[in-house]
Amino acid sequence: MQAESQQNPIDVTDLHKSFGAQTVLDGLRLEAREGETVAVMGRSGTGKSVLLKLLIGLEPPDSGSVCIRGREIGKLGVNELNEIRKKMGFLFQQAALYDSMTIEQNVMFPMERHSRMPPADRKKRARELLTGMGMEKDFDKLPSQISGGMQKRVGLARALALDPEILLFDEPTAGLDPVTSAEIANLIVDLKKKRQMTAVVVTHDIRSARTFADRAVLMDKGKIVAEGGFDELQKSEDPFVSQFLRNGC
Amino acid sequence: MRTIVGNLLISCLEWFGELGIFCARLVKAVITPPYEWRELIRQCDALGALSLPLVSLAGSAIGVVLSLESRDSLVRFGAKSLLPAVIVFSIVKESGPVITGLVVSGRAGAGIGAELGSMKVTEQIDAMEASAVDPYRYLAATRVVACMLMLPLLTIAADFCGIFMGWVANTLTDPISLHLFLARGLKDVAFSDYIPPILKTSLFGAIIGLVACFQGMRTKGGTEGVGRSATSSVVLSSLFIILADVVMVRLILIFWPNS
Repeated sequence: MQAESQQNPIDVTDLHKSFGAQTVLDGLRLEAREGETVAVMGRSGTGKSVLLKLLIGLEPPDSGSVCIRGREIGKLGVNELNEIRKKMGFLFQQAALYDSMTIEQNVMFPMERHSRMPPADRKKRARELLTGMGMEKDFDKLPSQISGGMQKRVGLARALALDPEILLFDEPTAGLDPVTSAEIANLIVDLKKKRQMTAVVVTHDIRSARTFADRAVLMDKGKIVAEGGFDELQKSEDPFVSQFLRNGC
Repeated sequence: MRTIVGNLLISCLEWFGELGIFCARLVKAVITPPYEWRELIRQCDALGALSLPLVSLAGSAIGVVLSLESRDSLVRFGAKSLLPAVIVFSIVKESGPVITGLVVSGRAGAGIGAELGSMKVTEQIDAMEASAVDPYRYLAATRVVACMLMLPLLTIAADFCGIFMGWVANTLTDPISLHLFLARGLKDVAFSDYIPPILKTSLFGAIIGLVACFQGMRTKGGTEGVGRSATSSVVLSSLFIILADVVMVRLILIFWPNS
């Protein structure tokens, strides 16, 4: 247990993933330290979302390893993998809310499956989480009745339902207007302050990433081509890095 | 030409291989705890209660058609008194189970295929898995078991409606009391005769649930893919029901020769 706590929350080494003839990840290496928020950036189609799916075991790697607190998830059985997943939260790009459930039921769903809380407490916690996201008037609405930004807030509340140690965000601000994007970015900053969670955020939104990320990594052709603080990356003389940051800001 | 046939054969074998793996995961999900009782009851309600009107209507129509069609032939051979037995036998032994299977395949098969397909393309199934919930257990196993449990009950309802409406159609042209109709229809039938045909509908239910869940959970390609999954769920499950019926009739004749 002690050994587990000394490991990095996320350690990825030499990760390869292909779909047919298309190589998506080509020897990728990534680590996220305790309490750190890492922004993963890069052009569309460079395998950022696939990386997140590999981190939570939704896709198997072709080779290389993904270790969560020192445990290589590719070698775990379903039950052990699920134990790790319970400690992780995932915000999908399109929120992926269960469309036949109300937003309150969406947030309660992971608790119903894994928590021993009495139903009244689960409901109370779901409402607290939704209220924290500014959704206190919409408990009984269906996902189709709320906007994209609100869906992302609900998705975030659902990801936090089991009080995870690690959060994965897939494009949390994509497709949102600048005001809503800033609100979501502020929510991530608040979460970071209050819960000290480790987070990996895939994003194109450099402006928002600057507000919440401690470190950024830049991906190209399935590899990490640059990493460091934003100021550090800004000084990079690599043409791809400087062009990406210049166009993104 | 040879390449096309070869590719088709490979795709076909791949499909059956993937279906086999899917079945194995499903069987494991069904027999090992935790059991999803609440979701199973919800699925039984959704499948059984909502299919009941359609199945009853189809059963009734079969009863009326059988009565109208058989009457002329039996009168011609001077065997009019056998009409109740013909209606009861053909509905209970063959028409009822097969019609119920095909109707439920059309209604529930398409529904399951489209629902799971839509969940797949909108990443809801991935979200479930990321929440440490096994979608095979929660989504697929509950639907397959619900289909297996509900099909026999729906078949009984279809049989009842078919026999009753057969009597109604018969009595409109040649009045006969319901009591006498049933007495003649059930005269040479033992209770054990009804068991194999009704139980075989559990297999039909398994086919509907399996094919629809499998097609739904491997959906690719957005809304067009969802449409394809719904259509293929109905087409394939209907086809397999008809093929399974042929096999089951033969097996029933072997193992229950007197039924």
